[in-house]
Amino acid sequence: MPKVNYVTHSGETYTFDVPVGWSVMEGAIQNDVPGIVAECGGGCACATCHVFVDPMWADKLANRSSMEKDMLECTAAESNEKSRLSCQLKVSQECDGLTVYLPETQT
Amino acid sequence: MSNNPIIIVGAGQAGLQVADSLRRGGYDQGLLLVGEEPFLPYQRPPLSKQYMAGELADERLLFRPADYYESKNIEVIRDSKVTKISLSERCVVINGTRHNYQKLALTTGAAVRKLTIPGAQHPAVYYLRDISDATAIRAKISTDSARVVAIGGGFIGLEIAAAARELGQSVTVIEAQDRLMARVVTPFVSNFYLDLHRRHGVDVLLDTGVSRIDENSDGSVSVVLADGREVPADIVVVGVGSVPRSELAEACGISCGNGIIVDEFAQTSDPDVVAAGDCTMHKNIRIAAPHRLESVQNAVDQAKVAAATLLGERKPYDQIPWFWSDQFEAKLQIVGTSIGHDDAVLCGAPESGAFSCFYYQGDSLIGVDSVNRPADHLVSRKLITAGSPVAKHMVSDPDGNLKSLL
Repeated sequence: MPKVNYVTHSGETYTFDVPVGWSVMEGAIQNDVPGIVAECGGGCACATCHVFVDPMWADKLANRSSMEKDMLECTAAESNEKSRLSCQLKVSQECDGLTVYLPETQT
Repeated sequence: MSNNPIIIVGAGQAGLQVADSLRRGGYDQGLLLVGEEPFLPYQRPPLSKQYMAGELADERLLFRPADYYESKNIEVIRDSKVTKISLSERCVVINGTRHNYQKLALTTGAAVRKLTIPGAQHPAVYYLRDISDATAIRAKISTDSARVVAIGGGFIGLEIAAAARELGQSVTVIEAQDRLMARVVTPFVSNFYLDLHRRHGVDVLLDTGVSRIDENSDGSVSVVLADGREVPADIVVVGVGSVPRSELAEACGISCGNGIIVDEFAQTSDPDVVAAGDCTMHKNIRIAAPHRLESVQNAVDQAKVAAATLLGERKPYDQIPWFWSDQFEAKLQIVGTSIGHDDAVLCGAPESGAFSCFYYQGDSLIGVDSVNRPADHLVSRKLITAGSPVAKHMVSDPDGNLKSLL
């Protein structure tokens, strides 16, 4: 199972096996990683599962949809070119070792 | 007999949120969460959306895995009914066993409103509330050339209609009122959704009553309309609203109206009992009249208020309501309310499939319905929450920078 590393804003790293096909957000919620809220449960409706992803992973992840791009303009913590909504990041075998960084706040 | 300082009755989204907020708030005594369903607490919104479309496995509906409850020391009793609450003895009866409490939280949710017309008991008639309902409906709408009839043109009926249509089935929606989702959106938005569903091939009948459901010789049914017309169906899904589960509260003497009556601190008429979520008739300090809401937002935010009250803090409920619905390619997001608006400003073009309606009362922005414009929704939530002035000319430009007002 692919491993995903979640690095909190205060610098702690949580590493979990996340099943293929799940989202990075679900991996965090199911393992109680602090710093991802996911109010809407993965509906791409709330922008409270914001993460920063190193550009080196970009080609292993689906591109941002226009919906996700719009939502990223409205995250609680300022978004940048590394920003993604983790509910839209599907875990695949190629994602093994993916590291995502959590923002200071989601709401 | 067992003793638990806090017992939470109802293991849905609100119940879990009360438990989680209590633990996060530092509460370290016994905590018992009791629910009727055989599952750990799970998400309901996907039942009519991704789960209905077959895109989500059961375990992905769970809010938390089993070890979460162990690590947080939350005792969960599943598949069990609370049969009685005694306020004077401060106890609840679960499966015939008394459990004493010091504080009690009621998060009992809502039940589907049932049809009472002749034939409504037919096994081809389904309602959607829980996983087993969703699984049964999904199996039916996934069979070859199933004829699907949805009675009720609200969120549930329309989301299932969209899911069934996307599976290639023939779908009819029957709505008693003259427009879709009449309880939650304005006529303008209703019309957009009428057009959307018809464009996707859904047969939408408005202003149409249903008088009975007849069984046909081949086991299918015919939905007989008030004007005598018949709509044949292999499955009928009824989505005509819900009723609060306030029967336990009523029976023990807690004040109830359209739901369990709570104040802005989620406090019921009994000082040791709070309530939250779909089951409550509640006060929100930003909204004039007490009301009942069926939504994720209300379940979560009111549960946080209830947990704070249990912890001895006083945090009044003041969150602006929001909702969403996924139908075909359209994501509807609603914040605040359009009820009582005297002006509406449109941003974007419905023909393009993306627009927002901003509703004003005088100069105040009170609500926004957005379709495929999630940024408008999120910014509006913040603006309405902050009570920021939002000039009408600022919202009408689809390329305008609403965010600059934050």
